[in-house]
Amino acid sequence: MNWFISMMSSTIGRKLIMALTGLFLILFLVVHLSGNLQLLKNDGGESFNTYAQFMGHNPLIKVVSIGNFFFILLHIVYALLLTLQNRKARPVGYLSETTKTSNWNSRNMGILGTIILIFLVVHLQNFWFKMKFGYVPLDDMGYKDIYMETKEAFSQWWLVALYVVSMVFLASHLAHGFQSAFQTLGLNHKKYTPAIQFIGKAFAIIVPLLFAIIPVMMFFNLSF
Amino acid sequence: MRKLNLTLKVWRQKDDKGKGKFETYKLNNVSEESSFLEMMDILNEDLATKKIDPVAFDHDCREGICGTCSMVINGKPHGPLQTTTCQLHMRSFSDGDTITVEPFRAGAFPVLKDLVVDRSAFDRIIQAGGYVSVNTGVSVDANEIPIPKDIADEAMDSATCIGCGACVAACKNASAMLFVSAKVSQFTLLPQGQPERHRRVQKMVAQMDEEGFGACTNTGACSAVCPKEISLTNIARLNREYLTAKVTAQEV
Repeated sequence: MNWFISMMSSTIGRKLIMALTGLFLILFLVVHLSGNLQLLKNDGGESFNTYAQFMGHNPLIKVVSIGNFFFILLHIVYALLLTLQNRKARPVGYLSETTKTSNWNSRNMGILGTIILIFLVVHLQNFWFKMKFGYVPLDDMGYKDIYMETKEAFSQWWLVALYVVSMVFLASHLAHGFQSAFQTLGLNHKKYTPAIQFIGKAFAIIVPLLFAIIPVMMFFNLSF
Repeated sequence: MRKLNLTLKVWRQKDDKGKGKFETYKLNNVSEESSFLEMMDILNEDLATKKIDPVAFDHDCREGICGTCSMVINGKPHGPLQTTTCQLHMRSFSDGDTITVEPFRAGAFPVLKDLVVDRSAFDRIIQAGGYVSVNTGVSVDANEIPIPKDIADEAMDSATCIGCGACVAACKNASAMLFVSAKVSQFTLLPQGQPERHRRVQKMVAQMDEEGFGACTNTGACSAVCPKEISLTNIARLNREYLTAKVTAQEV
């Protein structure tokens, strides 16, 4: 066990946690997005409510969702640990502007992450908390009509704007995080790294964009 | 030949316990052909005639191979060019410029005086495992151990690290990952480095953490200022080597 403790308490071990939890959360985004895109189906919410019912009651999903919350927490805790360590590593800063030899988002993952966390709290309070503990009227199938709740929520322009802006921050976080996770895991190769970097950039644009389209389309009553 | 009139903002600190502050000096008629360190020499001559303590700064070979010079010039380690400070010339500046000169900043690199920092943390990382144990004896023939050309090149690229510490100075976390990764890579890639492969990386990373360097955020700021252009693939290799060593080494 000694080796494991020393590995996990090293800087590389801490970054390993960031990378693994980050990649899990990236996978979560894909699942979450594919489910949520059903909100845009032109069926009065039938398929989305069925999906929400399944997600709320399937035991496997329940276990995974506990894991998901745990990994989010771990991602935050280790980000704090690393940030504190990194701050301590440079007690006195520079007078002159530090060089811009790196991208803004790569240097400010903590700020981007904090903004995403604030969004996450608002987002959970809007929907997840309501679905779990609040009162939601039932639809024709007898399922909680979370589709109607979402539609009402996204009839407020400011909430739509908040969601769209938050996705810009998510995109920026992902643009660095995706490829950075592979670098931290040591998965670097002449053949595959260019592909990882390309997929990372594409993922960082496409996924937040699709997430942002949902509230916008619902606001304008558009569907497929 | 251009002559430059400069305003220098230089960090002055009496000793390792002193608080230190920036002092502003005017320096006129500096030849654009002088190197940055020669400009500092001219400044110091000027200060000496005025009975002011000259600015202490590290320098040795002045030909870009020893890694001793260590200044942050206008916010960039080694200044505007991707080279060592000694290889930087005043032609990179313009007449009337204000140049800020600071020491490398890191908790693990305490300032000793003015622009001189203590980089013995790097020495201790090397002592922890950055070597190959061999029995000395008769020298073996060249090519006794076959090494593919591309591998030899890669190991050589890593071995060009001169340990100047610009990577630490540039990193927002004052992380030494680029340095350690270069030093681990040069041995890991070659057959001579195999017997101590797992032990080496674990000990060097442990010492790196012990010295109080930060973690790697993969921003790439280090590689962008490295006078020897050590690449970030070294850091990926270090991560890979460290995690593999921890998980697979026989020591419990």
